[in-house]
Amino acid sequence: MGAILVRRLAGAVPILLIVSLITFGMIHLIPGDPAVAIAGMSATAEQVANIRRDLGLDQPLLSQLFDWYANLLRGDLGRSLLLGQPVVQATMLRLPVTLALSAYALVLTLLIGLVSGVIAALRQNTWIDQVAMVLAMLGISLPSFYIGLLMIILFAVDLRWLPTGGYVAFTADPIGWLATSTMPAVSLALLLAGLLARITRSTMLEVLRQDYIRTARAKGLPNRTVVVKHALANALIPIVTVVGIIVSLLISGSVVVETLFSIPGIGQLLTQAVLNRDYPMVQGGLLITTALLVLVNIGVDVCYAMLDPRVRYDRT
Amino acid sequence: MSLLTVSDLTTSFQTGGGEVTAVENVSFSLEKGEILGIVGESGSGKSVTALAIMGLLPRPPARIRGGSIQFEGQDLLKLSDRSMQRLRGPGIAMVFQEPMTSLNPVFTVGEQIMETIRAHENLSQKDSFGRAVEMLEKVGIPSASSRMTDYPHQLSGGQRQRVMLAMALVCRPRLLIADEPTTALDVTIQAQILELLMDLRDEFGMAIMMITHNMGVIAETADRVLVMYAGRVVEQAPISRLFDHPLHPYTRGLLSCVPTLDQDQERLIAIPGSLPEPSRRPPGCRFSSRCLSAVPACSEAIPALETFEPGHAAACIRIRDIA
Repeated sequence: MGAILVRRLAGAVPILLIVSLITFGMIHLIPGDPAVAIAGMSATAEQVANIRRDLGLDQPLLSQLFDWYANLLRGDLGRSLLLGQPVVQATMLRLPVTLALSAYALVLTLLIGLVSGVIAALRQNTWIDQVAMVLAMLGISLPSFYIGLLMIILFAVDLRWLPTGGYVAFTADPIGWLATSTMPAVSLALLLAGLLARITRSTMLEVLRQDYIRTARAKGLPNRTVVVKHALANALIPIVTVVGIIVSLLISGSVVVETLFSIPGIGQLLTQAVLNRDYPMVQGGLLITTALLVLVNIGVDVCYAMLDPRVRYDRT
Repeated sequence: MSLLTVSDLTTSFQTGGGEVTAVENVSFSLEKGEILGIVGESGSGKSVTALAIMGLLPRPPARIRGGSIQFEGQDLLKLSDRSMQRLRGPGIAMVFQEPMTSLNPVFTVGEQIMETIRAHENLSQKDSFGRAVEMLEKVGIPSASSRMTDYPHQLSGGQRQRVMLAMALVCRPRLLIADEPTTALDVTIQAQILELLMDLRDEFGMAIMMITHNMGVIAETADRVLVMYAGRVVEQAPISRLFDHPLHPYTRGLLSCVPTLDQDQERLIAIPGSLPEPSRRPPGCRFSSRCLSAVPACSEAIPALETFEPGHAAACIRIRDIA
């Protein structure tokens, strides 16, 4: 198990190198002079020169690259043009918000997706199966911002049960956190729960047809043991891969949902940074989120090895 | 009272093209400690019969349309799911054809044997471990206690089939259904597994239903044989009778397909044609479309199983003419 972790961490190094190189290059992908683009239409020549100097754009490209990596190693991703704060600090302030929201949405996704997928598989071709799959399709088809808007109209405007937006930290007020996070988390989770439910259903159906399930029944095991232990343990292997993808989708989905519900997370931070041409912020934010996703995928690989002994014993 | 009595068992499957009968009016019995061989081509209804006895036919699409399955005096078709589940393991156990896929890949061999014990008996972890190791030794797995923590993919096909046997036998069943237990194994391993089955029968006194399409396997193991064709029993005989005096043209065909050492055959004789699909079975005798002795009367009605000698019955109207 430790060997797998080490191998996967080592494998992440080239990925992070490539990602950091791409984010470095991003600023140079702007057509024309990046400093002019960042400063905007009404900027004076002096302002443009200042920006150019601040970002080191007046240096030769190789020296810029060298500085980028030197700063990166020191944990310095530059300073946000808009906020005036160091990028790392601004990101780290917002990160817990997005992580808490994503974790909440992930828990909802897993609960709704796994349970309805397993039940639909066990009740294949009954009305329960059909209702679950129609709802799943609906969840997949409706964009999360639309579900979010509908929920705001119903629960915040009409019923006045929940606030329309805003955010309270969990550590400050757990109830307040639940009140402000539930609608965003649900609107994020419905799409992914629908996806997960459909994948869980088809995987379970596939696994339930396997010979070893027949063997488990032939041994006289109770139905619950056959389904929960023998079938689910095997079905989880492909499902874990999907959960890895779901986590990435949750984090990218938070961009829209955080804007909709005015939640001060990474998504909102990056949206503002993009709209205001705050390139250092965009670069740093992207790099940190990507590093996070790489970590999540390493976690998925480790889970994979924990679930499947054939992977665990591979090349060890 | 026989250990197992199957009477007039009829099962069907719901398919895209309507309901088709898989097994029709199958009747046979099995005594304590006896080995009954069931032979027939793929699709003849052998495995469906076995799964019906185990209560493991997937329903739907399968349906049991009639008949009864008496095991130790109980009609298994009338038992609740719960009672049936308790019977599987200590009462009737089964080993399957595919040792490569019949073990769960994510659990250790030991866990898969021990959970069988736990499902049926109140034994401590230590005792069930001991019993599992003992069983693995019995089925001929070397250094059994260190194999307990192995996963199925670490074992060879022959070893996996031994593990399957250990799993099936660990609760000392009175009846073991072996569905093509050696088909997927190579010939030397086949002989070992068959010998092992015979030894275990002698040791535990269990009855075995040996399902196979291999006449050689039947000749080596069975006391009595049931020949099935297209879902029906066509002949039933003690082993020596069947090989010396086969009655049904299908059985004769099957036996002439087996190469012999004393005859100088250029080519093996094969039964012409192939097993008709359940929806395209000919009227009357199902074998009539492939039978070399068929006459027009064969297509008129399905022949009944008729006893010609004590314990030897066949379903063919032409037997007296062709004998």
